[in-house]
Amino acid sequence: MRTFDDDDTNHLFILERAGFGALIEALSDAEYEVIAPTIRDGAIIYDAIISEVDLPSGWADDQQAGRYKLKRRNDEALFGYAVGPHSWKKYLHPPEQLLWRAKKKEGGFDIHAAPIDTRKRAFLGVRACEIAAIEIQDRVFLRGPHIDEAYRARRENTLIIAVNCGDPAATCFCVSMSTGPAVRSGYDIAITEIISEDRHHFVIDAAGDAGRTVLKHLPLRPAGKKGLQAAEAVTAHAQQQMKRSLDTDGLQALLQNNADHPQWDNVASRCLSCTNCTAVCPTCFCTTVEDHTDLSGENAERVQHWDSCFSGSFSELGGAPVRRSTKSRYRQWMTHKLSTWIDQFGTSGCVGCGRCIAWCPAGIDITEEAAAIRKGANS
Amino acid sequence: MARKHIPKLAVWKFASCDGCQLSLLDCEDEFLALAGVIDIANFPEATRTKKRGPYDLSLVEGSISTMRDRERIQKVRRQSKYLVTIGACATAGGVQALRNGRDIAEFMSVVYARPDYIDTLATSTPISDHVKVDFELRGCPINKSQLLELITAFLHGRRPAIATTSVCAECKARGTVCVMTAKQAPCLGPVTQAGCGAICPAYDRSCYGCFGPMESPNTVSLKEQWRNLGANEKDIRRAFQTFNAGAPEFLNAARGHADKNN
Repeated sequence: MRTFDDDDTNHLFILERAGFGALIEALSDAEYEVIAPTIRDGAIIYDAIISEVDLPSGWADDQQAGRYKLKRRNDEALFGYAVGPHSWKKYLHPPEQLLWRAKKKEGGFDIHAAPIDTRKRAFLGVRACEIAAIEIQDRVFLRGPHIDEAYRARRENTLIIAVNCGDPAATCFCVSMSTGPAVRSGYDIAITEIISEDRHHFVIDAAGDAGRTVLKHLPLRPAGKKGLQAAEAVTAHAQQQMKRSLDTDGLQALLQNNADHPQWDNVASRCLSCTNCTAVCPTCFCTTVEDHTDLSGENAERVQHWDSCFSGSFSELGGAPVRRSTKSRYRQWMTHKLSTWIDQFGTSGCVGCGRCIAWCPAGIDITEEAAAIRKGANS
Repeated sequence: MARKHIPKLAVWKFASCDGCQLSLLDCEDEFLALAGVIDIANFPEATRTKKRGPYDLSLVEGSISTMRDRERIQKVRRQSKYLVTIGACATAGGVQALRNGRDIAEFMSVVYARPDYIDTLATSTPISDHVKVDFELRGCPINKSQLLELITAFLHGRRPAIATTSVCAECKARGTVCVMTAKQAPCLGPVTQAGCGAICPAYDRSCYGCFGPMESPNTVSLKEQWRNLGANEKDIRRAFQTFNAGAPEFLNAARGHADKNN
């Protein structure tokens, strides 16, 4: 883990706002496809951008349970908002991917593996909670007994340009999950945006070689101790602003010991089992596969796509789902996310990004549900 | 040497607009491939040629709304090894199921100059109310990719890969921003079955529910959210009373009955 040592500021630089466009140009020149926050359909989403004008300059978001709304800031901050409906999962672990194709031949069939995506991508604007989420998916896809080679290729070809959060949304609770708001590791370049009355600039932290190579031609100057302090003040402010919390004390055992808590019925009466929470969650990784044949029967293909523990087919055994009720599905999702995930992967499955809260059409709040289970719980 | 059996396909029309049958013609390139592997024995929308049964696969469009059709569907069933309904009319009774439970004589007197010429049942009902149905393909109209998947699965003896989860899953897979959360638009997506590809929200419209109820529709909770967004009871009732008005979960939602899904 990288620590901000007072004596060690030689990796920190200042980039003025006027020079920021050069960063995107430098990334493009280095043949990265630049993926960044941009506004579409009333939200800040992630997509390929061409230049700095595509960034949501001067925009913020107002987020509550089941509500998301863009609003203007009173400055021209480029990163003055929290996370939106998309996560980097859409690139690293895409919603649908072809695994292989097969062609019939005399006495059998040939299998052709799907080509692996080796495009170089730069993710610009990755938040601390999102780095934590990527590291969680790394554990799932790269550190288990089965390595996902397609994921590995995408991951290895990704440059991570992190942004320290200055203004969390009301749905954020990364402090509780110890994943933010300050970026501590897992990035190539980290940016802190600093806006004062007469100046708009960035403190740039170049952690690794890939990051430094990109920064080589930018108009940077050393940030020094003053730059470090200014950057730390931004995340300290974000931490103070964060109002939502999740009490993780004993949560792992609490959920496992309270499978019959009446709150599960309560939440099931509101839950739509629509799968939105699992789709927006940056750590939910479950997939299913579908086999398709063409009309001739000569060709077949296997496609992997996102699945959700809220769908009936997810727990289908012998032709019927094991988890028939919405109650059992919500309980499975939350218990896995906050408790059995720790047994399985050594970390919580929740990074406190708040997406499942904002993008639940029924406004179900995982922090409130966990608190309700704690009330009147079996120890 | 035994000749390979070429399966016979028949397409049947009951009370409907023909849109679902047209989805089959709309397959264009794939339709030619289909004609190469299956014997299109009866498809009045495409050809006047009509071959006698029995048929390996019957695609049935439309609802049962006349006494004649009530008899005819029995005949279709007897001649068909597999019977698949295509579209909201055949699967839920269609928009014409709005007449169910109302005064049909009064409707006829208002609509037709000579009501005595009209020979109709008081209800429009799905095919499954009358005969055994092997699979129901949803949609108003059906999705041609799902239709091809269904026919291909039938030809090769496998289960069709057709999801019964909500439209939300498709919105999220294509990266559409949720219209309900970001635009406060009352949307039927969370209780509607996927299959259309989530077209409407991608064009900034909320879901109309063309594919009918999803596998575990919590309409009670969704209605509560609609009220929070400012919808009144009439808005809610009308939203559930369209192409799938006759589907039990939507019918109950429109009538205000409590659902029992959880």
